[in-house]
Amino acid sequence: MKVKVLCRNPDDYVRETTRDIQRVPRNYDRTLHPFEVPREYTRALNATKMERLFAKPFVASLGGHRDGVSCLAKHAKSLSTVLSGACDGEVKVWNLSRRECLRTIPAHEGFVRAICSRFCGTSFFTVGDDKTVKQWRMEAPGYRVREEPLNTILGKAVYTGIDHHQSEGTFATCGQTVDIWDEQRTSPIRSFSWGVDSFSCVRYNPVETELLASCASDRSIVLYDMRESTPLKKVIMKLRSNTLCWNPMEAYNFTCSNEDYNLYTYDMRYLETPVTVHMDHVSAVLDVDYSPTGKEFVSASFDRTIRIFPKDKGHSREVYHTKRMQHVICVRWSADNKYVLSGSDEMNIRVWKANASEKLGVLTSREKAAVQYNQKLKAKFKNHPKVRRIAHHPTRSTPKPGSVPIVTEKEKHVVTVVE
Amino acid sequence: MCFIYIYKKEGSDDERKHAKLLEAISSLGGRRRKKHVERSEASVQVSEFSVTAGGAEEKINLCDLLGTMEKTPGAPSKTKKQLRNLQNCKETLELPLSKQQTEKVGIQRTVAYEKSTKEVSRWESVIIQNQKAEQLVFPLKQEPAGPKRMEQVVAGWKAQTPLEQEIFSILHSNKQPVLDPVLTPMEKAAIKAMSLEEAKIRRAELQKARALQSYYEAKAKRGKRIKSKKYHRVQKKAKQKEFLKQFDEMMKTNPTAALEELKKMELSRMEERMSLKHQNSGKWAKSRAIMAKYDESARSAMQEQLQLNKELTQKLVVPSDDEEERRAEEEANALPDFVNEAEPVPDSANPWMRGKLTSEASGPDVSDVAAEPGVSDVAAEPSSGQEGEQHREEEEEEEQEEEEEKLLREFERKRKLRRNEEDDLAPQPREERGSEWSLPASVVLIPHHCRTLNTSLIHVQFDSYNRARHLNQFVQLYVAIKREPQRPEPLKKPIFPPQSFAEQAAIIKEAFAGDDVISDFLKDKRKQEEAGRPKVVDLTLPGWGEWGGVGLKPSRQKRRKFRLKAAAAPPRKDQKLPAVIISEKRNASIAAHQVSQLPFPFQNSAQFESCMRSPVGQTWNTQNTVKKLTAPRVVTKLGAIIQPMAKEDFLKQKKGPEAAKQGAIPLRGTRKKGKKKDSR
Repeated sequence: MKVKVLCRNPDDYVRETTRDIQRVPRNYDRTLHPFEVPREYTRALNATKMERLFAKPFVASLGGHRDGVSCLAKHAKSLSTVLSGACDGEVKVWNLSRRECLRTIPAHEGFVRAICSRFCGTSFFTVGDDKTVKQWRMEAPGYRVREEPLNTILGKAVYTGIDHHQSEGTFATCGQTVDIWDEQRTSPIRSFSWGVDSFSCVRYNPVETELLASCASDRSIVLYDMRESTPLKKVIMKLRSNTLCWNPMEAYNFTCSNEDYNLYTYDMRYLETPVTVHMDHVSAVLDVDYSPTGKEFVSASFDRTIRIFPKDKGHSREVYHTKRMQHVICVRWSADNKYVLSGSDEMNIRVWKANASEKLGVLTSREKAAVQYNQKLKAKFKNHPKVRRIAHHPTRSTPKPGSVPIVTEKEKHVVTVVE
Repeated sequence: MCFIYIYKKEGSDDERKHAKLLEAISSLGGRRRKKHVERSEASVQVSEFSVTAGGAEEKINLCDLLGTMEKTPGAPSKTKKQLRNLQNCKETLELPLSKQQTEKVGIQRTVAYEKSTKEVSRWESVIIQNQKAEQLVFPLKQEPAGPKRMEQVVAGWKAQTPLEQEIFSILHSNKQPVLDPVLTPMEKAAIKAMSLEEAKIRRAELQKARALQSYYEAKAKRGKRIKSKKYHRVQKKAKQKEFLKQFDEMMKTNPTAALEELKKMELSRMEERMSLKHQNSGKWAKSRAIMAKYDESARSAMQEQLQLNKELTQKLVVPSDDEEERRAEEEANALPDFVNEAEPVPDSANPWMRGKLTSEASGPDVSDVAAEPGVSDVAAEPSSGQEGEQHREEEEEEEQEEEEEKLLREFERKRKLRRNEEDDLAPQPREERGSEWSLPASVVLIPHHCRTLNTSLIHVQFDSYNRARHLNQFVQLYVAIKREPQRPEPLKKPIFPPQSFAEQAAIIKEAFAGDDVISDFLKDKRKQEEAGRPKVVDLTLPGWGEWGGVGLKPSRQKRRKFRLKAAAAPPRKDQKLPAVIISEKRNASIAAHQVSQLPFPFQNSAQFESCMRSPVGQTWNTQNTVKKLTAPRVVTKLGAIIQPMAKEDFLKQKKGPEAAKQGAIPLRGTRKKGKKKDSR
């Protein structure tokens, strides 16, 4: 007679070592786990709420400048090093991880207009209102040794911008003309002008490294090729563009920050119309910088905010501001895609998280999984009205409808009539 | 002459004096004026050629050159003429644009811009690929994970101790890599021989070949197991055909193999001749012969056997070249009879498959006779008395023809009679009368429907009809129709003649006589109200707490207790609106959570719903699935600098396998270039 007995294979439930995690048998039958959509919907709603709750983007403020911060630059090889120039001609080198100033250099008389780091990270260049281009060593000089520039080039006119080539020893400056310099020479190897007498910004294309673009005072954006003797093309807009930035992952796209409160993303092959217009700022946009992944960019504005835009969306994903932050003049996205740095009129450099609610530091695998699951849920249910309402919740407090009286334009400008 | 000389001398004297005077004046001024020393070139005045341009200002014209040309006897008169023509030609070339103008027009600029746009556009594929990518991992250029090779880690390390040196010497002798070359020569050779991608491709090919082989094997096995004789016969025939085709080719390409094949054929012929296999002398054949009188299949089987025998015993004649030529000549002279003959078709029951379809009515009859059962057995016999046979056939044909004619005549008579009757009854205007045969309507109507009727369609119709007697007539009819294609007359009158409004209204009323819209609407509304009303729920369990069984019902008390009446529904919104139905299915509390519009990437609501329905969480999916589903689109590494896209990556992607094969040589080249520029 055959007797059937319950049998269990210990291989199914006994761990090989005590360090192994317990095996949890699980039945994935849908009928055993009903209401999957409502449950996930609730989770998505909660995830969205938590995201807004934990949105605390401000990390640190670096104080020490004695005038407004006019320019910022990232170190090419070190994540923790940042360079900043102020309106009083001082350049400071910062250590971000320790949040302290490493070096202070009285670099120029008048404004420091722009800084850029050399691609190897051993030196950096500054241009200022004193019509000079100075090259500085990245490491600090020894004790009691005066800060002296490696090279100084005296120019004829004020330089307003500088950018270094991605892999060669050449750099570009702009002022009355756009000049291309060799590091070994004291005169420009090439100089471009196209009926304009002042440029505000020049940037090298990080991908197609021989291309450049500049913003000019005649409201135009001019493209150049370093190898050619003439500029390539220019597009004239309604208002002046202050700065521009090339997308580091898309060779032909760049975004410019405009005086008309908008940013425009252009494809350099089709300059007739911008690819996208990014609106949200309520004052002139002063600076723009792409994230190193090329998916988003950050913009600094005269309206005292910085905003983060997805590169193909018309409206911003995030707006950062604090009570004490004045006009933001310069902004940079860190090379590890984690932080945003902003320099503003009231002498402070602020460090922000690129993702406002992101948990910093090393995550455990379960935390990581949870974050990813929540992201997925948020994306999946983003169109549902309740989720949407929370995700798009105004971060600024706006007046209640009716609390501010409506005054017509005619009435607005007369205060009182005295008899 | 002399006078002139004197004069000149005087003149020169004067000049000298004048110069001296000037010198003296200039010296009075204190500083001595520097004398300009001019150097003149002799070549301007004197040339080794006979052409001179006189002074520096004068230019050489074409006519100057032509003068010498005329003098030289060696120049051909043709060129002289051409040059003369050129001289006469008054047209001038357009001025080249000035430098300013070129910049203004921006030719250079446009050229440069186009060049750079082209250069930049190379990135398009990469960028689009990245946009579409499920996941992007930054930094793009990552160092390979895992332990690094010893040689890479310890650079510049040398064996120092005697033991180490000994080991190294052994390694050297075995051609093992010691320091710089990471791979052994053997490995290198292997890598050179076949790259990974090639190997992959090769493996895929082999896999495919194997799969195909097994598939064919399975197919053959299946075919072999089929018991149907007919199937195998067909297969055999197909094979034979194939073989013949191949044989023809083989004759051209490989004559020796063809000869062997021929020998084989010869052998089989010999065997056939020796044996009595297909000669209808066996037991089975005899029985068939008895049955042949009554059974058609038996007859055909016997015939087949004989045919086979004939085929097999036929002598193979390898035509020599001369013979072939002769034959070709003959062919050219006179076309053989079979060219005009219709092809013999296996299905002899259907005479219409024999061609000659649209010819005279007698045509099909001839073939018809050949297919008659009585004749076929005669034909099957060995061709001893062919002439007699033919004679008999002809006779039978005539008989057949007579029969047909008789029938036709009879039909004609009948038709006339019928027509007369109809004429008497009511004269009809239709012209189709002529075609009203005793054939079924479907057959008759075909030509009308489609004028481009092909014969195959007729065959089909005939098969269905299957009465040989009427076919002739049909064909005649068809031919007639073909000759004079009758086009349906276009409608000249409008379908509905103009009518008064009242009439139209009446028509509409008539058309919608059955519809009562109002009552339908009311019914609909009532139905909706019914559906919306809360229902009574009956929870009685028969036999629970009391006796149950067939014929027993739960008590009234119990029924009252367990029948749950829901509260009355709130009054409907359309209660007092008789002509309106307001649906109350929409639940406001749920609607607040529902999506009102179809979100962007989805094309229909079904798509969106299916996307929503599939859960992502761990509760419903296995761990791997969850990992896959929740994988983020952008992955960055903590503390790693993300460099902009580099040209090298792009080139690598662009070239693909070739670049991988060639290795780092081109890359190194570009890097060197960069360095050179750098040093400059």
